[in-house]
Amino acid sequence: MSTVDKTNLMPTKGAIRIEDVVKIYDPEGTAVMAVDHCSIDIPAGEICMIVGPSGCGKTTLLNTIAGFHGLTSGHIYLDDEILCGPGKEKAEPGSDRIVVFQNGALFPWKTNLENIAFGPMMEGKLSKGEIYQKARKMMVDAGLEGTEDAYPGEVSSGLRRRVEIVRALMNEPKVLLFDEPYRALDSLTKSVMHEALLEIYYKNKVTIFFITHDLEEAIFLGHRLIIMSSRPCKPKKIVEVDIPHPRDYSVLTSPRFREIMNEAKSVVNEEARKAFEAGEKEG
Amino acid sequence: MSQSNTTMNLTMYRMSSWLKSPKPYLMFIGFGFVLSFWYFSVEVWKLPRFQDMPALTEVFEEWFSKDPYYGLSIYTPEYYKHIGISLRRIGYAFFLATALGVPLGLFLGWSQKLREYIFPLFELLRPIPVLAWVPLAIIIFSGSETPVIFLTFLASFFATTLNTMLGVESIDEEYSRAAYCLGASRWQTFIHVVVPGAMPFIFTGLQISIGVAWFSLVAGEMVSGQYGLGYIINTAYIMVQYSQIVIGMITLGIIGYVTSALVRVAGDYMMQWRVRELALGGD
Ligand SMILES: Nc1ncnc2c1ncn2[C@@H]1O[C@H](COP(=O)(O)OP(=O)(O)OP(=O)(O)O)[C@@H](O)[C@H]1O
Ligand SMILES: [Mg+2]
Repeated sequence: MSTVDKTNLMPTKGAIRIEDVVKIYDPEGTAVMAVDHCSIDIPAGEICMIVGPSGCGKTTLLNTIAGFHGLTSGHIYLDDEILCGPGKEKAEPGSDRIVVFQNGALFPWKTNLENIAFGPMMEGKLSKGEIYQKARKMMVDAGLEGTEDAYPGEVSSGLRRRVEIVRALMNEPKVLLFDEPYRALDSLTKSVMHEALLEIYYKNKVTIFFITHDLEEAIFLGHRLIIMSSRPCKPKKIVEVDIPHPRDYSVLTSPRFREIMNEAKSVVNEEARKAFEAGEKEG
Repeated sequence: MSQSNTTMNLTMYRMSSWLKSPKPYLMFIGFGFVLSFWYFSVEVWKLPRFQDMPALTEVFEEWFSKDPYYGLSIYTPEYYKHIGISLRRIGYAFFLATALGVPLGLFLGWSQKLREYIFPLFELLRPIPVLAWVPLAIIIFSGSETPVIFLTFLASFFATTLNTMLGVESIDEEYSRAAYCLGASRWQTFIHVVVPGAMPFIFTGLQISIGVAWFSLVAGEMVSGQYGLGYIINTAYIMVQYSQIVIGMITLGIIGYVTSALVRVAGDYMMQWRVRELALGGD
């Protein structure tokens, strides 16, 4: 953390420590090792970008942190509290770590406002009035005014993603887990979403664990890139992005951006080739 | 209020686009073709096997007669009594099938355990045709009313339960995961994700259910009971009052169509989110 972001105050909560995590899928005796002795340390408030070839095990790692399935061995800690490890095979899903899904998981049967109010409503600590007031305010702050009573199916996919992020932030999570949330978006919408995400991030500093295939996206958003090896996944190379935050789209044309891009690209290409060749052997 | 408005608007919209399309005119041609074939084959050409068929003019004269020859027309209270009794049986059976089938289907889809206990039995009973149940129904239930209601209920119940279960299975797992992430308990997830998520399939099930209910009702009324549209048809056949058979059939068609349209309107009313998505034509 020496090179990045001394200008902004970082939160003190939300550090994730992944220690020697192994995940083996064993459906019908054919063991598939998805994650292999993987260790990653993410300080509180960092935007940590996970890049790696298709099928290498990135989603698997994210699901283990979120608590959707267990791990085979190793530990995961959130602020020195154990999430899962020996004796506690599976983390409990909870609102301190919220996932923003690849295909979006806003409830189509609830309006945008109801979606955003969902987390606190389930928690039941605040009154309905307070929750909706807060939800409306968050929507205004995120530029979502006027879409409160629309259903997710009625607004553009870019807006839907924004609603989903606001929904996650309503619970005041320590960590946001993104699984390629912008994969399906066109590049123009994507760039708008990137700036919107950073804007939201600068207002609500949380730790961000962000999986992507898109190197430009990774470098533009991240404090750090963790480039994963082909399956089984473990960090192959860590690239520090020493471009100071707050950033805007002008950094894309800066020489430093190009340098980092080239550095990352060569590693990624090598891994992608390995994954492709491994795939050919299997198929 | 805004809910019923949307439903209204959609209904109006469907009506006006229906009138603008060639459909209603093709429909008239279709009706005209069948009716004139009926008229010519029986009354003009007097085809061999058609001579005992009730003639078109005879049926309509009887149906709209103030003093019907066989005692049944739109002016006789008797006619409405038959309709009323059939409707009441459908009402009881459909209500029971829905009240039992929807919850059962929801729990079958939701709980693996329950499914393992009940589903095999369910799959064994489901293919047995309603007619095969007639003797047992008459033995088990006393009077003439309950056996008919039971028979009407059976097929409806199976259709509703099965579709509801499929509906639960069709829900993308990411919705439940999102709910858990946002802090929902298992029960809250059931209420806020499973029930609304299965709703489109539930209403498909109810559409099928109301259809098979009429089917079974007529079968039931033909063997047991002293009133109802199925009873009219059967008695008219035995008493050689053939025009009444056709009056009974046409009445069944019209009322069957109306009840299934009502189920569709109820579905639109309960699933505003779908209605609005469809009205937008997708995205
Ligand atoms: N439930 C499962 N059972 C068995 N194998 C699985 C399961 N889930 C994933 N795998 C396998 O584990 C490997 C890693 O999958 P994962 O989805 O984590 O990859 P990924 O890096 O997210 O890929 P992508 O970039 O395509 O999203 C894949 O080879 C996949 O086939
Ligand atoms: Mg993935």
